[in-house]
Amino acid sequence: MQINLEQPILAKNDALAQENRALFAEKHVFVLNILASPGSGKTSTILATIEALRDEFNIAVIEGDIASSVDSEKIKAQGIAAVQINTGGACHLESNMIRKALDVLDLDALDLILLENVGNLVCPTDFDLGENAKVMILSVPEGDDKPLKYPGVFQVAEAVVLNKVDTMPVFNFNEEAFTEAVRQLNPQAPIFRMAATTGEGVDEWAEWLAEKIRAVQ
Amino acid sequence: MHELGLMTGVMSSVTEAARNAGAVRVTDITLSVGEMTEAIQDALEFAFEALSEGTMCEGAKLHINMVRPKSRCQECGAEYEHDRFHMTCAECGSPFTELIAGKEMQIDSIEVDLPD
Repeated sequence: MQINLEQPILAKNDALAQENRALFAEKHVFVLNILASPGSGKTSTILATIEALRDEFNIAVIEGDIASSVDSEKIKAQGIAAVQINTGGACHLESNMIRKALDVLDLDALDLILLENVGNLVCPTDFDLGENAKVMILSVPEGDDKPLKYPGVFQVAEAVVLNKVDTMPVFNFNEEAFTEAVRQLNPQAPIFRMAATTGEGVDEWAEWLAEKIRAVQ
Repeated sequence: MHELGLMTGVMSSVTEAARNAGAVRVTDITLSVGEMTEAIQDALEFAFEALSEGTMCEGAKLHINMVRPKSRCQECGAEYEHDRFHMTCAECGSPFTELIAGKEMQIDSIEVDLPD
């Protein structure tokens, strides 16, 4: 006997993500899902973003890592609420993990939640968490060929941050080739050139994000 | 790497549907997977083999239809197939396009044996 299911494989994750999304909309909180490799500067970018936006917005961070609370401690040291999720080996965050993390955050008092996904350019792209937008960070030392190797993550991103541009002179990074590859994959996404640790380019990125946050308030 | 998680979801939905139908065994499972997702056919098949051992799905045939990406141009209205890397309109070159196929991750149907 044949049974027609026509059911999404990720039905459970997607349903919970929609619940998260409805909750964020009700509370007027903008949620940004940040995708990148390990070592690309996700946490540094988050710290620079917090510095640029903390006067105008109330911010919290949800950190996803396979293990440890190293990242959330760095955020808390800046006086910002941070929740650490340890996935215990899982290569990506799922919407139920976000749901649990929300229990300890005061959504009424927040304008922005930065979700730092597990460092991985593959698996997190398939999982909706209920965020308002995904962005991806690529750092110069990773190489200009990454859009060709990991197209999916560049396609789901609403913006691409090219981090560590201050190291451009010591790495053979072909920025023209990189920009062209991203443009082919995702013609509408802006690319922000940035060096999170020196502050270069942070203002332009922060202003783009601030516009998005104001739009949901 | 996340294919194991995806197949765990497939197995639980399939098992539930088969049990609800009073089936004793699942013989075929058909999935549609878009080429624009990060799910790889070989890894899905491997995960299925590992997970189905000792269950009512053991020995079932897994059919995976890989779906080619297709977009619609928001400026000239053209619909065109493309690869993973080139999204711009094949007709007019516009960057304003909408993906209409290629992101699927769906369980289409299953085939089950009922008790005699």
